[in-house]
Parts: sequence; structure tokens; C-alpha cells
Amino acid sequence: MSDMTASQQTGFAAGLAHARYVLAANPVTGFAFGLFVLIVIAAAFGPYIVPYDPLASDTAAALQPPSAVHWFGTDQLGRDVFSRVIVATRLDFLIAVTSVVLVFLMGGLAGVAAGFFGGWTDRIFSRLADTIMAFPLFVLAMGIVAALGNEVENIVLATAIVNFPLYVRIARAEANVRRDAGYVQAARLSGNSEARILLGHILPNIMPIMVVQMSLTMGYAILNAAGLSFIGLGVRPPTPEWGILVAEGAGFMVSGEWWISFFPGLALMVAVFCFNLLGDGLRDIVDPQRRT
Amino acid sequence: MLMMVLKRLATTIPSLIGVVIVTFLLTRALPGDPAAYFAGAAATPQAVEEVRKQLGLDQPLPLQFVRYVGDLAQGDLGTSLTTGQRVSADIAARLPASAELTLLGLLFSLSIAVPLGVFAALKPGSLIDHACRVIATAGVSLPVFFTGLILVYVFYYLLGWAPAPLGRLDIFFSAPPTVTGFYLIDSLLAGDGEVFWAALKQLVLPVLTLGIFSIAPIARITRASMLAVLSSEFVRTARASGLAPSTVVITYALRNALLPVVTTLGMVFSFLLGANVLVEKVFAWPGIGSYAVEALIASDFAPVQGFVLTMAVLYVALNLMIDILYRVIDPRVRIEA
Repeated sequence: MSDMTASQQTGFAAGLAHARYVLAANPVTGFAFGLFVLIVIAAAFGPYIVPYDPLASDTAAALQPPSAVHWFGTDQLGRDVFSRVIVATRLDFLIAVTSVVLVFLMGGLAGVAAGFFGGWTDRIFSRLADTIMAFPLFVLAMGIVAALGNEVENIVLATAIVNFPLYVRIARAEANVRRDAGYVQAARLSGNSEARILLGHILPNIMPIMVVQMSLTMGYAILNAAGLSFIGLGVRPPTPEWGILVAEGAGFMVSGEWWISFFPGLALMVAVFCFNLLGDGLRDIVDPQRRT
Repeated sequence: MLMMVLKRLATTIPSLIGVVIVTFLLTRALPGDPAAYFAGAAATPQAVEEVRKQLGLDQPLPLQFVRYVGDLAQGDLGTSLTTGQRVSADIAARLPASAELTLLGLLFSLSIAVPLGVFAALKPGSLIDHACRVIATAGVSLPVFFTGLILVYVFYYLLGWAPAPLGRLDIFFSAPPTVTGFYLIDSLLAGDGEVFWAALKQLVLPVLTLGIFSIAPIARITRASMLAVLSSEFVRTARASGLAPSTVVITYALRNALLPVVTTLGMVFSFLLGANVLVEKVFAWPGIGSYAVEALIASDFAPVQGFVLTMAVLYVALNLMIDILYRVIDPRVRIEA
């Protein structure tokens, strides 16, 4: 028993050393991680640290360019753009996280089951994934939100559904190569049920790859959700959300008030960039062979 | 060759069936009672019942599906409440605007991304290689509507080079007589140089926006596949035989490296068709994307369903074309098939 803990510890220490090595070789990942921490802080504490009420209008101070008082300027109702961008982080972050967790629960589990059991399970889930793939994804998301109703929950669901095929494919491939692995056969011989092997043995083994995928999908999920709210779906004004904030300022771009759209757009871009870099970095740590 | 095309055509049938089933389910998942909705707010219960019968909504779901497929087979996508026109006619009228934009966007990004990827692969670690990697990572992080707005601000407001982002043609010009629906081609056919220039000017910014968005995936895959091909044995042999470097790169390497690029085009089209909606919204482009967005905001569902179905069918058709193109380029696939 003590041997096992020792080897686990060295395994963990080795993993940590590898992570440190990757971080040192690729400072960009460290940078992305720093950004990620900032985003999480803004999401958690945003409403308490912003200087102004994101919904309070002050028509006397409308359409002011960025200054020391209003860092990101003010919009047509005199609302502070900086406060609105920071407060919006929570909603965008939550939409992305819930949709990614949801697609993992749907697509990841369906894919693992398809790869492990094969046969009809495989055929049904693969056919379902193919059908979703037959649509341009953003267009399908629009159709889903239009059909289910114009709510934030449906944006989350639609974003999860359009990512479903990707998760099914990855999880299916990973489960498929492990279905007759030594430890699976050993578990089967010791009398474990198939469901138990699937959830207790296969799933934990493919989790690292799924986590990398989830991180990579976060960026896409945020873009997708912001795109939907940009065209007027889901999130409704005056709720601050990056896509809506960009849409609200869009009309002012032609008359030179660039800051209303620019800063929320920049926040969106930085968040997506951060998740993409982080996903690439995580992949380098978890799956060094796929490094490009 | 014909057999191959027919065989490939047959494989699209399950996709099309899936697409039709999904769009049908989306129509029936509408919140509330569609009959009450279509009858209007002031309708009496009898009128709602009448509409329900008329729409066939009192029948069981499988029968409704048969009716839906029957309507589709006749090209009937319903009627738009906002324009009062048949959805199929509306979409047909607006499709060329979207197609012109998307195709030019793709053309632009191919003309930038392929050379960029090739040069990056030729000199790994060089400045252009790093530029390629930065563009590929930054490009996928750019919200397409944000790029569009920035371009409008810089080129319309600050520099004054581009016309106002308000549709396909400045209001001072009238549209050329419709032959193809593509203003660039139609104006040339009509011999009207002024309209051609005006249409081209309106096109530049939206095309740039769409193009920048799709440069990233194409450049990335070109670089990767070019790197793989350049290190292969036939390229080494060609080099050793003393062929000119340009012959090796263009005739030998590039032609082989383009195969994965053609495959990626399917994914690029999926992105482009979606991004099209956002770009059309930014530039007030009168295509099918903005048609669907306007309908969505007015809670007018028939156009949205028609739009989703049209896009899906287009996308399936594009993938089919890409696949056939792939087989034309690569004889090995043809033999295996």
C-alpha cells in the first residue's frame, strides 16, 4: 500500500515537473493562464469591484470618449462601458462553462458508450452526430434558439448541441481503442458490470483528453453565444453581455463613437484567445504527442 | 466517373433525410400553439381551430411530417408574415447577394492563405512562419462581427475610403438588370462600368471581413500539409534530380499539399455560411442571413425555418462538390472507391 502511494506521488511529481517544463518552454501558456485567472476574478467579483452601476444611465454624461473618469467611455445613455464590460464577464463565462459541461455530459457520454458498446448504440449516436454536422453550425444554433424560445438557457443548449458531434467523435475514438485493453479485461474478469467498467475505468482514462477538448471548445462557445446575442437572440438588453454590448455600439461606429463596441469586442477577443491558448497549452501537457 | 458521382450522390440522401427531420422537429417545437400564433392575436377560438385544420396541426405527428415533406417537394416553405411573400420566393431573390459575398470572401482568403501557408512551410521558423502562426491563432479568436465593425470605423469613418456600410449599392445607383443576380457580373453584362465600381466598393469591406475570418484555418492546414509533403521522398527525389526549386514547390509539392486543403474547405464553408449571417447584419447586406435575422426579431418563424433548411441543403451540396472535386484531383481515391 505504501509502495502504491509512493509511486502515485512520483507520478504526480513527474506530471508537475512536466507541466513546469512545458510552461517554461512555452511562456505563452503561462500568460494565458494568468489571463484566465483574471477572467475568473472578473466573473466572480465583477459586480462588486466596478466603479459604476452597469445599468444606471446618466444622460448628462452620454457618449463620452474614454477618460480618467470613464476608462472605456460612456454609451448613448451615459452608462459606464468599463463597468458593463466587466459585469458582462460573469454571464459570458457562465454561458460558456455550462454549455461546455452540458456538451460533455451529452456528447462525451454518448461517444464513450458508442465506442465501448459498438453496434446499435454506435450507429444511433454516430448518425445523430452526422445529421448535426450536415448543418452549418451557427445556422443550426440560430434555428434551435428560434424554435425553443428566445432565452439564455436555449443559447446554452444550442451551443452544446452544435458541439455535440465533435465530442461524440473524440470520445468514441478514445473509448474504442480501450474497449479491450488489459485493464478492461481484468475488470471484466473480476466481475464488474459493463456500465461500471465504462464509467469507472474507461471514462477516467479519457478524461484528460476530454478536458483539453473542453478548454478548446470554451472559446468557440463564447463566440457562438456572443454571435447569437449580437443578432438579437437570447440575452436581452439592458443585461450586459459582450455580444449585445457590441451590437448596441454598432450603429455608433459610423459616426465615430468607437469605444462603445470596441471594448466589449476586445474583451470577447481576449477571452477567446485566452481559452484557445490555454487549450493548446493543456494539450501539450496532457498529450505531448499531438504537439504542433 | 459518372458512376462515382452517382454513388457519392446517393450517400447524401441520409444527410438530407436527417436535415429534413431536424427542420421539421424545429418547426413543431415552436413555443406555444402555432395555430393560435398563425391565426393572429385577435382570433376567436373557432378561427384558431380553423387554422389548425388548415395547417394540418390536428393530425398525428407522422401525418404532419408527410404533409411537410409534400410541401417541401413542391418548394413550399410557407409564407412570411412580415413581407407577405412566399418564403421560397424571398429566399430565391436574396440568395445571390449572399452567394456573391461568400464566394468572393472565400476567393480572397484562399488567395492570401494558400501563399502564406506555402511560404511559412518553405521557411520554418522564419518571420513569415511566425506571422502565419500568429494569424492562425488570432484569426480563430476574432469575432467576425467585431472585425467588420473595426473595418467600418477605420475605412469608412477615419479614412473615408469605403462607402457607408448600407447594402449592396449606393442609393444613387440603381441595380443592374438581373441575369445572374450577382451585381458584379450583371453590371458587366449590361456594360455599366459605374455600377460595377459602385457594387465593388460596397463589396470590399464585407468581403475582407469574411476573408480575414477564414484565412486562419486555410493557412494553418496549408502550412501543415505543405510541411508534410516537402519532407516526403518524392520531393527529395525531385530535388535530387536537379529540378528547378519552383518546379518542385509548385508542380510537385503544392499540387499534393492542396488535397487536405480541399477537404478542409467543407469545415470552412460551415464557418463561412454562419459568419455570413453576422457580416450581413453589420453591413446591412440584403442577403438571406439578414432576412432570417429580421424575421427572427419579428418572431416570424417560417422564414427562419426556410433559411435553416436552405443553408443546410446548400451546405450538403457544397460538401458533395468538394468531395467530387477531391476525387477529380486525387486519382488514388478514385481507384479505391
